Amino acid sequence: MSEQRLLLSGNEAVALAARDAGVRLGTGYPGTPSTEILEEFDALGGHAQWAPNEKVALEVGIGVSWGGGRTLVTMKHVGVNVAADPLFTLAYTGVAAGLVIVSADDPGMASSQNEQDNRRYAVASGVPMLEPSDSQEAYDFALQAFTLSEMFSLPILFRMTTRVCHSKTVVKRKEPTAAPPSRAYQRDIPGRVMIPAYARPAHRRLREKLHKVYDWTESCGLNYEILNDLSLGIITSGVTYMHAREAAPDASFLKLGATYPIPVEKMRVFASKVKRCLVIEEGDPYLEEAARAAGIPVEGKSEAFRFGELNVSRVRRILAGENTEPAPETAGGVPPRLCPTCPHRLVFMALGRLGCVVAGDIGCYTLGVLPPFEAMDSCVCMGASIGVGLGLRHAMPDAEAKRVVSVIGDSTFIHSGITGIVEMVYNPPKTGHVVIILDNGTTAMTGLQEHPGTGRALDHQPANQVIIEEICRAIGVTDVHVVDPVASGVEEFESLVRKCLDNQKLTVIVARRPCALLERKLKALNAASQTVCSGT
Amino acid sequence: MKKTTNIVVAGLGGQGVITASDILAEAAFRAGFDVKKSEIHGMSQRGGSVSSDVRYGEVVFSPMVPEGEADFLVVLDPSQIEYNRHVLHPQGELITPDIFFDEDEGISDLDDLDADETIPITKRTLNTAVLGALSARLEIPESAWLEAIAANLRSAYLNDNTEAFLFGRRRNNSGA
Ligand SMILES: Cc1ncc(C[n+]2csc(CCOP(=O)(O)OP(=O)(O)O)c2C)c(N)n1
Repeated sequence: MSEQRLLLSGNEAVALAARDAGVRLGTGYPGTPSTEILEEFDALGGHAQWAPNEKVALEVGIGVSWGGGRTLVTMKHVGVNVAADPLFTLAYTGVAAGLVIVSADDPGMASSQNEQDNRRYAVASGVPMLEPSDSQEAYDFALQAFTLSEMFSLPILFRMTTRVCHSKTVVKRKEPTAAPPSRAYQRDIPGRVMIPAYARPAHRRLREKLHKVYDWTESCGLNYEILNDLSLGIITSGVTYMHAREAAPDASFLKLGATYPIPVEKMRVFASKVKRCLVIEEGDPYLEEAARAAGIPVEGKSEAFRFGELNVSRVRRILAGENTEPAPETAGGVPPRLCPTCPHRLVFMALGRLGCVVAGDIGCYTLGVLPPFEAMDSCVCMGASIGVGLGLRHAMPDAEAKRVVSVIGDSTFIHSGITGIVEMVYNPPKTGHVVIILDNGTTAMTGLQEHPGTGRALDHQPANQVIIEEICRAIGVTDVHVVDPVASGVEEFESLVRKCLDNQKLTVIVARRPCALLERKLKALNAASQTVCSGT
Repeated sequence: MKKTTNIVVAGLGGQGVITASDILAEAAFRAGFDVKKSEIHGMSQRGGSVSSDVRYGEVVFSPMVPEGEADFLVVLDPSQIEYNRHVLHPQGELITPDIFFDEDEGISDLDDLDADETIPITKRTLNTAVLGALSARLEIPESAWLEAIAANLRSAYLNDNTEAFLFGRRRNNSGA
């Protein structure tokens, strides 16, 4: 069998596996560290598209699977919160063609608002989970995930972390197997229409399937022992396995790649072979709690190591039984900041001068919280700016409520701001409200991805465009302004906001000016397509 | 088993840290080593601190260079030297663009270097020149480096960068 040797990031490896598995459609919503998977899948010739948010992406994925095509759905960890509603019931209905959901977790929060451990989602929803530890495993496991999904008729939660997604490691690619057989659509009313009468047996079916998956995780090759010096045994998964192999080269290991259902008996047998057995894992004590609940004598890590990423040095401290850590090096580090020519700057300058209470949101513009602007009061999750702003207006005394504005980016508005505008129109605060939509024509934060408001699809080719101001008007906002904050300047923008605040109506201001980096990228794309056109 | 070689490349967002470490990792990969390369990216376009770890050898486990174990620390922006120094092994070597500065020849900063017609290094090719200097200290064949450079840079910039790389490599070979 011929083999190709490649140097790939975990994200690239998943994209390649999706191509080799014959995935019909890749869909998702951008989010670090998952974003490059769909971009790479597109670059490899796959059919990839950005959905307006993760919930819609998963719903489209469900349809593709039932329609007979394998599907890959990608998102960052917090995206699974948004997609959780379809996820939990999809576990009941099951899939037809393979459906794999990538959850890219971000321990250490390199670029996220929390460090939730999505292994908990596998348990909560009853969805089997695989956890690769490098790009080779990302490739191998992803290929296998599609067949597993079909074998058990369940979606697979493919849990990656920042270091697995973004590290490049060597991948040996096998000869791609033949494309999966195409499946005809089959109607299955009791299996897919989750009215209570059909959902009750569906829940029982899910639990029965999970027994079978459990038998598989207990016996599959993804969960294996490396027996070495038996005085120390380490149970681990994901990239932590790599850190631990290096920190304790002579130890014995139980390396887990299929981590839900947790192979508890495998852990018990392993623990009985070694003198001291440690569970070393990043984030929550997920495996550790399962071992303890099963009465397996293991040591875990102290609470100090629950936070942030692990690395070789931290694993060494865990092995030494330490429970405190030296403070990390911070002096001299430069935090990210808004680009010098970023149009968001002017908006935050104006809001700062006006002394507004700013219910903020997530995107590049969250950097408006940092000096010199310091013009943001809150940031919770995508779309929260509008609801939080409305709530503040409901609760605060009128004189203060009048200073509240909500600030949200264009991609974030499409993702989850539209329902906020509906709430504003339906339940307006006494003092009205002002929502500023920072429309820089791109999803800048995650690396300039397209969205339904840009008029271009994932591959940057023309697409139907959703017009933000028309949505707002259609919902019933009568006071809608579209301005270019750079062209108008800070003074004029500031006076517009002041006027809108004084009006006490329901107002949306679309501050429209393309991101400076976007203009460069589009130029480069244009140049590239022209060379292709003029080439032979 | 032979020891893993650990290199950290650091600088500020937009300076080319990622491209430089991509070239380095690819050169080691083409030379047949096991390679791992890791960095945190996602927000770096906004000028923050960026660093990238590259490790190669017979078998590499963790993708991150452990604290105090870097054999080489390449820093492209002087402001980032102290911030990253803790990764360096006590016997490790710090490499910065000022290895090309030479007071005697009137080259004391990047502007001088850029202006000097006898030295094929400009601000745009500085990173590849620094990689050249690094390459003189590593056991990766020159051909692997040149292939890696070609694979990672646009063809329009290739000649100048190759020239700068070779200059950096030769100059550091002769110990100048
Ligand atoms: C549920 C969820 N999905 C994805 C993300 C990652 N993410 C954060 S902000 C953002 C969008 C930013 O785009 P936009 O609102 O247009 O603001 P910009 O960065 O362009 O200023 C994304 C994709 C997230 N934090 N939460």
